[in-house]
Amino acid sequence: MQYLFDNFWALTITGLTLGAVYALVALGYTLVYGVLRLINFAHSEVFMYGTFAALWVVTFLGGNATGSIAQVIFWIAMMFVAAMAMSGLIAVLLERFAYRPLRKRNAPPLIALISAIGASFVLAEIMGLREKITGWFGLDTPLATYVRNSRNNAGMPEIITPQPVFTLGDYAVTNVDIFVIVGAIAIMIMLDQFVKRSRLGRGIRAVAQDPESAALMGVNRDRVIQVTFLVGGVMAGAAAAFYMLKIGITRYDAGFILGVKAFTAAVLGGIGNLRGALLGGFVLGLAENYGSAIVGTEWKDVVAFLLLVVILLFRPTGLLGESLGKARA
Amino acid sequence: MSYAQRGMDWVRALPKPAKIVLWVLFLVFLFALPLLNIPFITTPDSDFGGVLFTVSTYVLVALGLNIVVGYAGLLDLGYVGFYAIGAYTVGVLSSLHGSWPWLWTVPVAIGAALISGILLGAPTLRVRGDYLAIVTLGFGEIVRLTLVNSQWLNGAQGISNIPRPPGAELFEVPSLDWSSGAPVVDLSNTTTFLKFGITDQIPYYWLALSVILLVLLFDKLVKDSRVGRAWEATREDEDAAELMGVPTFRFKLLAFALGACIGGLSGALFAGKAGFISPDSFVLLLSILFIAAVVVGGAGNRWGVILGAIVVGYFPERFRDFADFRVLVFGLALMLLAIFRPQGILPPRRAVRAIEADEKLEALEEGEVRV
Repeated sequence: MQYLFDNFWALTITGLTLGAVYALVALGYTLVYGVLRLINFAHSEVFMYGTFAALWVVTFLGGNATGSIAQVIFWIAMMFVAAMAMSGLIAVLLERFAYRPLRKRNAPPLIALISAIGASFVLAEIMGLREKITGWFGLDTPLATYVRNSRNNAGMPEIITPQPVFTLGDYAVTNVDIFVIVGAIAIMIMLDQFVKRSRLGRGIRAVAQDPESAALMGVNRDRVIQVTFLVGGVMAGAAAAFYMLKIGITRYDAGFILGVKAFTAAVLGGIGNLRGALLGGFVLGLAENYGSAIVGTEWKDVVAFLLLVVILLFRPTGLLGESLGKARA
Repeated sequence: MSYAQRGMDWVRALPKPAKIVLWVLFLVFLFALPLLNIPFITTPDSDFGGVLFTVSTYVLVALGLNIVVGYAGLLDLGYVGFYAIGAYTVGVLSSLHGSWPWLWTVPVAIGAALISGILLGAPTLRVRGDYLAIVTLGFGEIVRLTLVNSQWLNGAQGISNIPRPPGAELFEVPSLDWSSGAPVVDLSNTTTFLKFGITDQIPYYWLALSVILLVLLFDKLVKDSRVGRAWEATREDEDAAELMGVPTFRFKLLAFALGACIGGLSGALFAGKAGFISPDSFVLLLSILFIAAVVVGGAGNRWGVILGAIVVGYFPERFRDFADFRVLVFGLALMLLAIFRPQGILPPRRAVRAIEADEKLEALEEGEVRV
């Protein structure tokens, strides 16, 4: 308990940075759940591909800790572009090959989950076997920097050294912390406005509210679903870029635990509710850190899951309720 | 109608004595399977008896999970938790904090799984279906992480020296040798009947197979009783069932608890055979493979579920040549199956009829069929 009070600000800030990543990934779950009423089990892999895209682009551009300010901004910008493009692409492919064929056949929801589990295995294993797969084409030697040791951790060169900006209590808040938290919130406000104001956003809300009426009103349902997956993927890509800036290490199976946590965040805030995902992510990040300070770091994941169980028992619709469709126009 | 379905119907139409003879022959074949060493079926890279035991635990787990997922329609993604509780109860009582014989620990393991099933189910079965999936997913992870972190349970090191099931050395059973191209009885390679040792894993398979038969009998009795009909009603339309006077919550809890019992029993069997358990034996992936076994085979049909468990348990062992790629291939297979055969390989007959009726209705609405 004393540990919690002594390190309160450190725990809060790291909890918030982690929470920002959870929240961005949670958006993908929430959006897809909103329009399709199913859990996109493979969304964690969408995130994982984003981390690798970020890593590869920084490696390719020769990023290092001694770059000038202009260089660092360029690297970070490229990192975000690459991660968001990659995750968006994977999410769209996922929809095209794992979900759309099922929708055409009116398969039961359990089957969609099985298909998603299959897709998740395929995506993770392709990444985990990239050394072998590139080897078939004789590309493993030229691409060695990117594909070597494909089943082990891959680390990214540090491009911004964390430097203290100001202190809170006795914790020095670094520029990376601020960038992650502020950046994530900014991206989420943009998404919220997109769903609220744009034409496509209106389509997403219409399909979430009532797919059949939306179709009758001339909304192209397939297109809306595709856009939803794309937007969710792009958000996961942004999360992946933030994650690589803060943590810097990824692996072919890095998505799994983070995906489960992000899903927890989505349910915590009320699945289908965009602001709920933001709140859920931050609450989960903080609760995890405070909880593990009290009962020990090794129980961190247990704290997260217990929190989920407790919330579902006392408030099954999450903190803010489910309302992607019900959000006022 | 599929060929498998047609085959089943053909068997059903046989006169009763013929059916009994067929059944007995099939059972004898199943028990003799590890001794026959049939080419192509036998796994070249790992001990066939051991593989058959693994497949049998998958079958057992799938039968238990089928009660929860197939009959009652509750998606349980943390089934490995009950499996782990069963195995750890055996480990703790027989090796780590006690020295009970294996056989005595089994009922306790089943009881522990039952209690944890009720404790988990009582609060969570009131929440909606897809949330249940996530709560149970969390439960499976909580169980595993507790095993990793608890000093009393020996943490990540796990429990070793778990005693084996009690046995006797009654007589030797010879096996077949196919190396010359035709089957020859090989008297030098024999299995001692019911000696639960380390090298020869065939007796464990026999034990697991016997347990499966008992569970199958139990499964049939329950499914065909009032309880089974209550489950079906709850699964198809919970509100309607409640209005018709079915106490849906109590029946859902019963399904959950029975499923947990069978999960605990399989865990106990696994612990007795492996002799060593650690948290690594109970990863979340296993829960997902169990669910896959049930859905691949056809949730709700016990024969389909058994087939699914065999597919999920056996093929990765048989095709070890592709060791690196087997998860990838498995994932692709799951996707293809979901797309081309969404009801599973062997769906329940009622589901098949329901689909046919739906198709007819649709054809009527479209005006393609004149009545």
